[in-house]
Amino acid sequence: MGSLHVVRPGLLTTVQDLGRWGFQSLGVPVSGAMDTFSHRIANVLVGNDQSAATLEVTVAGPELVFSDERMVAIAGAMFDLSVDGRAVASTGAFVVPKGGVLRFAARVTGARAYLGVAGGIDVPLVLGSRSTYLPARLGGHGGRALAAGDHVPLGEPADGRAMRRRVAPRSHTRAPDGDRAVRVLAGPQADRFTDDALDRLQSGSYRVLPDSGRMACRLEGPVLRHARRAEVISDATPAGTLQVPPAGQPILLMADRQTTGGYAKVATVISADLPMVAQAAPGESLSFTVCSQAEALAALIAQERTLLALEDA
Amino acid sequence: MTSPALPARFSRAGDSAIVVEFEERIDLAINARCIAFANAVLSCGLPGIRDVVPAYCTVTVYFDPLRTEQERLLACLKQAASETRRTVDAPGRTHRVPVCYGGELGPDLADVARFARLSEEETIERHVVRRYRVFMLGFIPGFAYLGTVDEQIAAPRRAAPRTRVPAGSVGIAAGQTGVYPIETPGGWQLIGRTPLRVFDPSRPRPSLFQPGDAVHFVPISRQQWDRFTL
Repeated sequence: MGSLHVVRPGLLTTVQDLGRWGFQSLGVPVSGAMDTFSHRIANVLVGNDQSAATLEVTVAGPELVFSDERMVAIAGAMFDLSVDGRAVASTGAFVVPKGGVLRFAARVTGARAYLGVAGGIDVPLVLGSRSTYLPARLGGHGGRALAAGDHVPLGEPADGRAMRRRVAPRSHTRAPDGDRAVRVLAGPQADRFTDDALDRLQSGSYRVLPDSGRMACRLEGPVLRHARRAEVISDATPAGTLQVPPAGQPILLMADRQTTGGYAKVATVISADLPMVAQAAPGESLSFTVCSQAEALAALIAQERTLLALEDA
Repeated sequence: MTSPALPARFSRAGDSAIVVEFEERIDLAINARCIAFANAVLSCGLPGIRDVVPAYCTVTVYFDPLRTEQERLLACLKQAASETRRTVDAPGRTHRVPVCYGGELGPDLADVARFARLSEEETIERHVVRRYRVFMLGFIPGFAYLGTVDEQIAAPRRAAPRTRVPAGSVGIAAGQTGVYPIETPGGWQLIGRTPLRVFDPSRPRPSLFQPGDAVHFVPISRQQWDRFTL
């Protein structure tokens, strides 16, 4: 069985898939890839099922030695890449030979890259998922981020066709000159805020703070005021929730969010725009626009079409 | 007798979740209705449902918007809500949880006793005598919010949370009590520790506690604790 030998782990490299669904009633967070769109693209490009596990690479990438020849693809954040010291284009799938060294160098755009390997990362399933949830050391490679010296098991490549000539769609990873424009749906608790809260949310840009991570994106921008108390009786917290503690700065809940929360929720980022949020590095800024359910669904369908077009190529 | 149940309120939480809210308060009957409703939604087996998460007085239904007929989903939720309108609390399982109180295993027992103006022994007695309900789980895997705690010993969270709370620690935070399943940062007042593993992903039932279960704490001596943890 093939494996990846970790020479350098990078800043935070974890095994992720589409998440650990079905256990939130037991307090188990969903986790999974922060940018599920790029995760799925990386899998499609190497002929995997979209739910196969990939490596999520954060800001600074790893150096990996392959025990056997593999088709690989990197989607999401763009890095300068080399195989055995020779630069490779990171736009589509390519082959790493047996014993080959894949090295991530300078980051060009985005915050998180997904390394798809034909056959997938084959760590054991924990509660139905290979995703790593670091705070509880659940899933992934021993429940932790990769470390130098690790041997990460790879699965047997399926018969799927690798898309060697296809280019990974990346428009959402690029840092724009201004803010990243993110669409939200109002609620579920917008009525807990002053009448102008949604206007204020849309009135200026929110900077992504340095203590943001897989659990949440901490933001600084126009203050949102509660009509009365900031606290609600704890209830479930979907991905994309903008919850607002008493100080009035929203916290955008991401993949490793807790399953429930007790702060009022002013709005929720649409599913199709979460990948873009996942690609925002600290210091970048977001702007929010309220949209309709129909627009949210249309955006998701457009992403699905992009993936289908890649698969059918 | 109980007053007739109010109709459920449905709202959207983004494009892939619906929140069903019953009355907005922490109450046994309302929580029982949430759990019954969550079970009814799970058993309707509608394709596209990803997760059903009961909390104190709400149930959130997560679905895949690309694989769900939302009209059908809403109809199914409304049906389930009306069927569970007259829920009688069907108690879940009852757990007896051994706890060694005080000392190094319960470093905040003295503070809680001071808050309650009781002796440490009386404080333990007040914690032990009640039968608690698992209202919901959250915070970390397997963490059950148990209620409600005797008002006199219902000390608020610590002003400064601990960076490291050992697994098995039993804490109090206002009207709630609970067991930390794993080592984690935490702000609850720690009054004791249980040798039980309340969460283990390799078990067929990963979480000891499920919503709606009942919990009794049983005091054990330090000698018994040492035997448990050998």
